[in-house]
Amino acid sequence: MTDPLNAHQGKSTKFDLPGSPFSVGWTRPKRVILADENNPLSLECGECLAPVTVEYETYGTLSPEKDNAIFIPHALSGDAHAAGWDADWKKDNRPWRNSKPGWWDEAIGPGKTFDTNRYFVICANILGSCYGTTGPWETNPSTGKPYALDFPVVTVDDWVRLHIRLQDYLGIDKLLAVAGGSLGGQQALAWAIRYPDRVRSLVIYSSSARLSAQGLAFNAIGRHAIFNDPHFKEGNYYDFTPPGGGLELARMLGHITYLSYHSMEGKFGRNFQNGSKPCYRLNKEFSVESYLEHQGRSFVQRFDANSYLYLSRAMDYYDATTYGNGDLSKACSVIKAKLLLIAYSSDWLYPPESTRDLAKAILANNKPVSYIEIPSSYGHDAFLLEVAQTAPFVRPFLERV
Amino acid sequence: MSIKNRWDHSLIFDIIAPDSSVLDLGCGDGMLLAELITEKNICGQAVEANPEYVARAIKNGVAVYQKDLDQGLNEFNNRSFDYVVLEKTVQQLYHPLFVLREILRVGCTCIVSFPNFYYKENIRQLLSSERMPVTSALPYKWYNTPNIHLFTLTDFMDWTREEKITIISGYAAKSSTVQPLKISEDNSEAEELLFVLQS
Repeated sequence: MTDPLNAHQGKSTKFDLPGSPFSVGWTRPKRVILADENNPLSLECGECLAPVTVEYETYGTLSPEKDNAIFIPHALSGDAHAAGWDADWKKDNRPWRNSKPGWWDEAIGPGKTFDTNRYFVICANILGSCYGTTGPWETNPSTGKPYALDFPVVTVDDWVRLHIRLQDYLGIDKLLAVAGGSLGGQQALAWAIRYPDRVRSLVIYSSSARLSAQGLAFNAIGRHAIFNDPHFKEGNYYDFTPPGGGLELARMLGHITYLSYHSMEGKFGRNFQNGSKPCYRLNKEFSVESYLEHQGRSFVQRFDANSYLYLSRAMDYYDATTYGNGDLSKACSVIKAKLLLIAYSSDWLYPPESTRDLAKAILANNKPVSYIEIPSSYGHDAFLLEVAQTAPFVRPFLERV
Repeated sequence: MSIKNRWDHSLIFDIIAPDSSVLDLGCGDGMLLAELITEKNICGQAVEANPEYVARAIKNGVAVYQKDLDQGLNEFNNRSFDYVVLEKTVQQLYHPLFVLREILRVGCTCIVSFPNFYYKENIRQLLSSERMPVTSALPYKWYNTPNIHLFTLTDFMDWTREEKITIISGYAAKSSTVQPLKISEDNSEAEELLFVLQS
């Protein structure tokens, strides 16, 4: 019987344990206040936010010249724990971190794509999330209660502006690279457009200049499920039962968009959950059903429904063409970073053609760009699962920055 | 790597002006662009389909766009490069004329090299052995050759006339020497050819 949790992981079910020479080992999240009353964070929506805390992690050693730093922006449901094993999982009440390493542990570590023997790797939680960086779950200083839906609408641009403050705090003028997938790739692009002098290269996986109408539609249904959960209470559920059913449905739906026709056929097919015959019942009959339910339920244990609303909305809003008044090539004209764009053949959330559109906009500025398309059946999730396939391109690219 | 195999590399290196922009199609390991970037300060972009070559070209510091040339160059604007280079590739394309028109659209000047099937050794082998020739410029058997559209100098000249292509210069690799091409002469001595074209 396939373990539903590991079915998602596909072929890679072995983790590098904390003592492994390929692991960054035990990690501890760090938190820093990067905006206060005197220096609030101005947001794209027009509001100001203070105080703002950012949770981040670092791996490897910053060189004396401070020229080997790579920033890894995470995607929708990610966190600052990109690699290694969280030594503080119990203290921070994050039991899911006890059984597995950071979300991009396959890519970050000694000898890996983002080689911590060479590079100083930084990952930080995004604004509005629920993993230590300020978000709707945090106490609103003006009311003494959680922000809930009083939290301002945040955007990718806001995230980047906040994470620039983190680089200032760490004393890093110019990153060697910003590298991320999906919504993380869109942050990387925003870095190079908004702060062209602060980043020397980008590695963008499974991403494009903006989400498609199809993607907007899936996000809309996810939020609809949360809004219509009877426990939602206009977002003021923190002292009560959270809207788990709505968030679970949002995650199940989202998960389908991260997979592909072939990966779902390969992992589940039409297999029954119990044995080879139908049980003639309405729930938990097919493997794919129980897998999605498992994914949904475990997500509810670790994610905040309000955060999901805010982050998925930020994903909707992101449109790099707006930096060029609707013209993507104009938006890309300010980029100084060297670029490597990676698409996966079966990704239908950010399909290769949408990544090629971005490449075309960069080329229109007579600016060189590397673009590769990796054959994969893993869909959008391939950037998390097919790490080994991209190492032969990403490693030499970083060496030549 | 022998100079004979790289005769077109060194010729192209000499032809390309410093500080220009160059699109190298089917770049292989990217060494031509890498040298041009280092020594002539050109702005280079490569296109390559084979992922192993893509990785090697990136390692050599070249920006590589992975794609199959037969799909055309729709990512690239008209006249967006000073030079477009298509080295020993045109005979491997499914749609050679479509791609030749594409490079003339994208490049101000195009540099094209290819094996001349009318090379005397090809003809000798064909007539004496009744089999497809195998030479240093065509080192394959009939069943594993990537060269699906072999042609001769005269075929190529016909095409340039039909499409009113301007030939800026032509070169022939004869045995181990490279000479400016003289169209009027017997060109069965020419194993490989290189043209500088404009439209």
